[in-house]
Amino acid sequence: MELGQMQKSLQDYTKSLFVEGILDSQFLQLPQLQDESNSDFVSQVVSLFFQDSDRILNDLSLSLDQKVVDFEKVDPYVHQLKGSSSSIGAQRVKNACVVFRSFCEQKNVEACHRCLQQVKQEYYLVKNRLETLFKLEQQIVASGGMISAMDLGF
Amino acid sequence: MAVGEVMRMEVPAGGDLTVSSPELHVLAVDDSVVDRKVIERLLKISSCKVTTVESGTRALQYLGLDGNTGASDLKDLKVNLIVTDYSMPGLTGYDLLKKIKESSTFREIPVVIMSSENILTRIEQCLKEGAEDFLLKPVKLADVKRIKQLIMRNEAEDCKTLSHSNKRKLGEEVVDTSSSSSSSSSSSSSHDDDDSYVKDFPSSKRMKSESENFSSFL
Repeated sequence: MELGQMQKSLQDYTKSLFVEGILDSQFLQLPQLQDESNSDFVSQVVSLFFQDSDRILNDLSLSLDQKVVDFEKVDPYVHQLKGSSSSIGAQRVKNACVVFRSFCEQKNVEACHRCLQQVKQEYYLVKNRLETLFKLEQQIVASGGMISAMDLGF
Repeated sequence: MAVGEVMRMEVPAGGDLTVSSPELHVLAVDDSVVDRKVIERLLKISSCKVTTVESGTRALQYLGLDGNTGASDLKDLKVNLIVTDYSMPGLTGYDLLKKIKESSTFREIPVVIMSSENILTRIEQCLKEGAEDFLLKPVKLADVKRIKQLIMRNEAEDCKTLSHSNKRKLGEEVVDTSSSSSSSSSSSSSHDDDDSYVKDFPSSKRMKSESENFSSFL
């Protein structure tokens, strides 16, 4: 595929993530924080989000699997995940966390289990899409092309 | 400079004050590793020096307010602004704010609270306790730029006041630039600025979403 086509693919792919609501405008803040001295910021912060989320989801699973669920423990985890997903613009993960928290408040164990599944689903979705996005970018760079923040903004 | 003293710019004796832009040193407090990374970059790209810590307790330790009378190594601290998350385990951002405002050494340092929850009573509580501003998360570059401008403007106001008092005294023997006189003038001018800030910045997030309700609280 020639460079121009790849760049068009990247733009279309990125656009689709916004159209589907997987990402929101906060994601567009991130490239503004990238410069020559921090040329990898976006991928770094997204990787950090993946690591942090893996940890939280693991802890959440463990907490919800206890015989007696301690919601004092569960809710802060969901709050953390809601915060970090919001900070990078992972809108559907954030929204799933909001729903999750309302069931935590009601101390509804079954609903919380369902919410956890929903959050995991949204998380794996955004993770998958962002990994693809970064791969597309890498291909462009490897072919001698450049990615500008303009490619992501519209 | 003494520990905790708000940044002062060099005032040329008898001359006009030209404000160049020295870097603010910001202490950012957040228990989320992702948010710490984001706020750090937001501040750095806005030309600030940044120190991040993960809790209110660590923030107090960094400032030397944790009861450990530390040291001479605290002399170079010079924190000009503290930005803290509200909801943190242990010491909340509000608790941290209170401790800072209770400290005679650090109460002059502006504190900005960040929260993902737009709760009016929470905002009011923080502003009442002396917070400079309240940012709704997720924090954007425009928010940081606005805060920085506010802080720099307050600094310039303080220096102008200082320079005026210096000019008056130049006729006399010795220019009194001791910290006690400068901190008393800074607290009065920053207080004035708080009032005008509320009127002049209707674009701040809290005003945008809750303008009528909010102004009726004041």
